[in-house]
Amino acid sequence: MQYLQDKPNLAIAIGAVLALLVLATVIYLVLKRLKPHKNLPEIGARIRSWWLMAFVFSVALTFGQNLFLLFMSFLSFLALKEYLSITPTRRADRRVLFWAYLTIPIQFYWIWIGWYWMFLIFVPVYVFLFLPMCMVLVGETRGFLKAAGSLNWGVMTTVFSIGHIAYLLVLPPTGNPVAGGAGLVFFVVVLTQLNDIAQFLSGKMFGLHKITPTVSPNKTWEGLIGGVVSTALIAWLAAPLLTPLTVAQSIGVGMLIALAGFMGDATISAIKRDLQIKDTGTLIPGHGGILDRIDSLTYTAPLFFHIVVYLYF
Amino acid sequence: MIKLLQILFFLLIVRPLMFVIIGLNIQGKEHLPLTGPAIVAANHNSHLDTLALLSLWPLVRLGQIRPVAAADYFLPNPVIAWFSLNIMRVIPIDRHRKDKNSDPLADCSAALSRGEILVIYPEGSRGTPEQTIRFKTGISRLAEQHPEAPIVPIFMHGLGKSLPRGDFLLVPFVCDVLIGDLLYWQGSVAATMQSYQTAMDDLIEQCHRPEWE
Repeated sequence: MQYLQDKPNLAIAIGAVLALLVLATVIYLVLKRLKPHKNLPEIGARIRSWWLMAFVFSVALTFGQNLFLLFMSFLSFLALKEYLSITPTRRADRRVLFWAYLTIPIQFYWIWIGWYWMFLIFVPVYVFLFLPMCMVLVGETRGFLKAAGSLNWGVMTTVFSIGHIAYLLVLPPTGNPVAGGAGLVFFVVVLTQLNDIAQFLSGKMFGLHKITPTVSPNKTWEGLIGGVVSTALIAWLAAPLLTPLTVAQSIGVGMLIALAGFMGDATISAIKRDLQIKDTGTLIPGHGGILDRIDSLTYTAPLFFHIVVYLYF
Repeated sequence: MIKLLQILFFLLIVRPLMFVIIGLNIQGKEHLPLTGPAIVAANHNSHLDTLALLSLWPLVRLGQIRPVAAADYFLPNPVIAWFSLNIMRVIPIDRHRKDKNSDPLADCSAALSRGEILVIYPEGSRGTPEQTIRFKTGISRLAEQHPEAPIVPIFMHGLGKSLPRGDFLLVPFVCDVLIGDLLYWQGSVAATMQSYQTAMDDLIEQCHRPEWE
């Protein structure tokens, strides 16, 4: 709790998210009373899961760096496990997959000690070369290219991309005097999730013109524009509280988070369509799996990280 | 004392392993009977199967759940035998019995009479990972002797990938556990086996996981 006293801005931001959750819950309960025939249980489960996720995320972020890195590495593990469970893998590669799991503690160790260059190159260089090498040593060539490609894609997405959220926390606090690394983490994660919701809601209300009919028929231009506008607006409001971004920068970053979030979501949708599954898992009631929830973050986290580092660190 | 050891083993080792490291995706949990007698009949691919199935019930029920295990596999080593009999509380079954007149399922039948829940693998062996082979008819003969005991068909997928036969390295994959509608003695062994086979085929149909190439 000392941490929150040191970072009053983070406490205010958590309070704002809490207020949003209360508002969503009230709207849901009113709707349930007014239109009981509507199919609302799914929305109810989704809001309940939002409460739980907001609680776990806020607690993990509030009690210091070590707990948050542990939390993020566990999230990476769940995401990678989900990915390896829905994609085809080769029997021969069992041991190679074990090495792939081992990249998680190693990558988060680099983050923990703040070794920036190693954090940047470990997965895209060393793991990228190492995993196919293991597959070669196993000796099974049938399906080699597909297996090596899928495994590297999974590790890049679930370990490397998601790891950027964790590295925001170990950046030197001097770069963001208003709220430190925790403020940046909170900003990008909450904005990405709010953008998901904004795109979903404006798509439901105004959606007409499909963007990617073959990948995700629910995604419309109206939804995307609604997401870009509302996310830019929220970024503009939240940036002075949590980030060193100027007004122009915050609006630009908000729009970028909206567009990148859309692409992250669409990419996981393309994988699901390819595999002919609806959700990546069942871990989060009303949402699906872990990957269904962090899909947008796989794009927004690295982009936000590198923009902020370029501008302020 | 041993009962406490058993609960601690499941609380501190088995459940974290099953629900955190591996991750069970349980469907149809409402079908699972909480009290016996019942015959839980699942496909068998891995040593983890029994640990996964025993994780389905609340810890306080553990005393009533009795996995049926091959005596020739689990009993020769005294340490494994002690662990199997006292912690896993298996009912050993003689797969290669010499005396053809004795009933190999007598202990199982007695357990059902005491109102316990049997966990049994009608395939008789783990076999090739993630492949279901023909079912043996023991469950039907038990159902005939205990028509009040339901057969609970359970199909599991993923544990054979996590820890296949003959391998000691655990590689986590999400595991599906699909529990089907209860079925009862159908008047003949063939009819009962047929309805079990149909139930298992339905569960396999519902389970969407990629093939293991």
